[in-house]
Amino acid sequence: MHIQEEYSERHVLSLMVTNEAGILARIAGLFTARGYNIDSLTVADITADHAMSRITIVTNGPPKVIDQIIAQLDRLVPVHKVTDLTENGPFVERELALVKVAGTGEDRIEALRLADVFRAKVVDTTIESFIFEITGTTEKIDNFVGLMRQIGLVEVGRTGVVGLVRGKEPN
Amino acid sequence: MAEKSGADILVECLIDLGVEVVFGYPGGAVLPIYDALFDHPKIRHVLVRHEQGATHMAEGYARSTGKPGVVLVTSGPGATNAVTGITDALMDSIPMVVITGQVATQLIGTDAFQEADTIGITRHCSKHNYLVKDPAKLAGVVHEAFHIATTGRPGPVVVDIPKNVQVATARYERPERLEHASYRPQTKADPAAIAKAVELLAAAERPVLYTGGGVINSGPEASTLLRELAALTGAPVTSTLMGLGAYPASGPQWLGMLGMHGTYEANWAMNKADVILCVGARFDDRVTGRLDAFAPHSTKIHIDIDRSSVNKTVAVDLPVIADVGSALTDMIALWKERDHKTADLSEWWARIEGWRARNSLAYPESREEIMPQEAIAQLYKASRSAEDVIITTEVGQHQMWAAQHFGFDAPNKWLTSGGLGTMGYGFPAAIGAQVGNPDSLVVCIAGDASIQMNIQEMGTASQYRLPVKIFILNNEYMGMVRQWQELTYESRYSNSYSDSLPDFVKLAEAYGWTGIRIEGPQELEAGIRQMIDTPGPVIVDCRVAKLSNCFPMIPSGAAHTDMLLDPSQVEGIMSDEAKALV
Ligand SMILES: Cc1ncc(C[n+]2csc(CCOP(=O)(O)OP(=O)(O)O)c2C)c(N)n1
Ligand SMILES: [Mg+2]
Repeated sequence: MHIQEEYSERHVLSLMVTNEAGILARIAGLFTARGYNIDSLTVADITADHAMSRITIVTNGPPKVIDQIIAQLDRLVPVHKVTDLTENGPFVERELALVKVAGTGEDRIEALRLADVFRAKVVDTTIESFIFEITGTTEKIDNFVGLMRQIGLVEVGRTGVVGLVRGKEPN
Repeated sequence: MAEKSGADILVECLIDLGVEVVFGYPGGAVLPIYDALFDHPKIRHVLVRHEQGATHMAEGYARSTGKPGVVLVTSGPGATNAVTGITDALMDSIPMVVITGQVATQLIGTDAFQEADTIGITRHCSKHNYLVKDPAKLAGVVHEAFHIATTGRPGPVVVDIPKNVQVATARYERPERLEHASYRPQTKADPAAIAKAVELLAAAERPVLYTGGGVINSGPEASTLLRELAALTGAPVTSTLMGLGAYPASGPQWLGMLGMHGTYEANWAMNKADVILCVGARFDDRVTGRLDAFAPHSTKIHIDIDRSSVNKTVAVDLPVIADVGSALTDMIALWKERDHKTADLSEWWARIEGWRARNSLAYPESREEIMPQEAIAQLYKASRSAEDVIITTEVGQHQMWAAQHFGFDAPNKWLTSGGLGTMGYGFPAAIGAQVGNPDSLVVCIAGDASIQMNIQEMGTASQYRLPVKIFILNNEYMGMVRQWQELTYESRYSNSYSDSLPDFVKLAEAYGWTGIRIEGPQELEAGIRQMIDTPGPVIVDCRVAKLSNCFPMIPSGAAHTDMLLDPSQVEGIMSDEAKALV
């Protein structure tokens, strides 16, 4: 007998939650307990009184499972609202990465040239290395990191995705 | 206003919340609370023998009275011992509040004596949990905990209180009912969904009402409404294990339980139905069998208070997110307003009668041995003399036979561990039910293996003079395990024989109970009578046929239409795919 894999699709979920101890464990634990995937997860409090946080989760799964994830998240007591940005219509998503690249001579120049194309900023430099800061979609960052790998990638730090619905209404 | 200790605040809250009984066990981290409860005039504390017992007692109390069950245990081992019962209550949606002691706040995280991460451990087996670090916040949390445990889809809520918070003082004022910022279960259905549901039911030619524990949870009124809707539509009614009693087993439209050990007529009706109204059930795998063959010709309407239950395993056509009672009220009102008549379903009923004629619950007769099904049937017959009967079960074959052969005509009279299938549930649940219903006849139908999982609670029943009856169907096997081994592993009975069983009659005597042994069919009726007529607690060791199997049965991974009705259909082997399913 072999275990079958199912077709899955990527969704960006945006959650408004009460900013309280354990909320992140509650959400991350829900994903592990029910066997859902987390591609990335970001969290920060976003109201003036620090009472609420926005959590952005990138997940993937079959459409049925995505619906379940949303319903399961929604019934957690401290969760105020769950929005499926992917389903909800146009939205903006961004991720920030710090990319450390080492190299000298022609490599160094090529790294700078590529950074320019990707609108990555140099935020630190030594004679033999750069740290670039780049923001964009996950795909754009993947592409940039992929190119840098060929030049002399040392390491990468990524924030994971944050996203907002387009237009004047809140999520 | 004078300040009170956290422990006194807690007790004050419990009184304000109408709590009458707490099931608990003391220890270092709850000593301040125990002191506040010492000789308390309003709150009765039932001292258990093991914290798991306390949780199941609270469940039994809750399920039989409709009130939340309350548990009080110490930190560390007290809390971890409660985990099985908390999980059980989560799976079966039982309102329960568990108060756990915790080490003092400054010791949290230091591996202090009897420290356990109770919040971490219970996070995913409770509906919600709280660690209270400030006595001024305790009252708000306790009131909120009861609100969350008892509203929406009910469930267990854990409140972890460090010892210094129990000692420190704060003011207590009864919190006002505030609307919760984020927790707002939807209880009233969308009128458009109600209208659509009524339309679908009125036009149905082959309707089935598939009901579950949600009807019980919604309160006795919901059962009355279900009966009314059944009468209006003329539709047959089936139920999950958890929903038995919502529609009376003696009612004319009753099909019996559905699912793995359900009746032939219930499962075939599901398979051939054109409209299924699911009322407070959740399409559990024990009910659906093979998913791609589940009720393939039907339009499915699903009434549930928990949106995450909708479309979880079975895609439904019309979700109705609401409390069952509220949705049924709306449906009945609209049915009457639109002046729908009870449709002529005689063709459908004729087919159902055809399936019923298979008599799927029939069992072989025997003069030498007590057939376990016969023991349940006799118990049912004899117990009708009692004013009110509450049945609890352990887990195994005896549980399924009880569900099949004991008829329940009212809600809250049938207490069983459905979702988690916890051996050791039934006996403490019976104690809890007896505490909440002192005048009822409470019988735990048990197996020889299951009863040993919380047998220490005999002392609790003795201490509080609770006249519970334990009726053991003693087949000297973990019968349900043995049955699966017979069906799947060519009768290789690996570790399923109940060796070294205690002498249950002597055990009864040791605890000051009455012990009765029933050894043959001739003794059955008199033995059961004696059990019922004995005023105090009784254990009955009813020796039944050892190798009986529970039929009908849908083997795991099979469709409703592939039921096994008797042993001749058993092959004794299964494919790996079937073996891999639970
Ligand atoms: C705590 C727990 N452990 C294991 C099981 C698996 N299990 C299900 S039924 C069963 C056997 C029960 O035997 P018994 O109580 O004698 O009941 P019978 O099936 O013989 O009626 C077992 C071991 C369980 N349900 N719960
Ligand atoms: Mg047994």
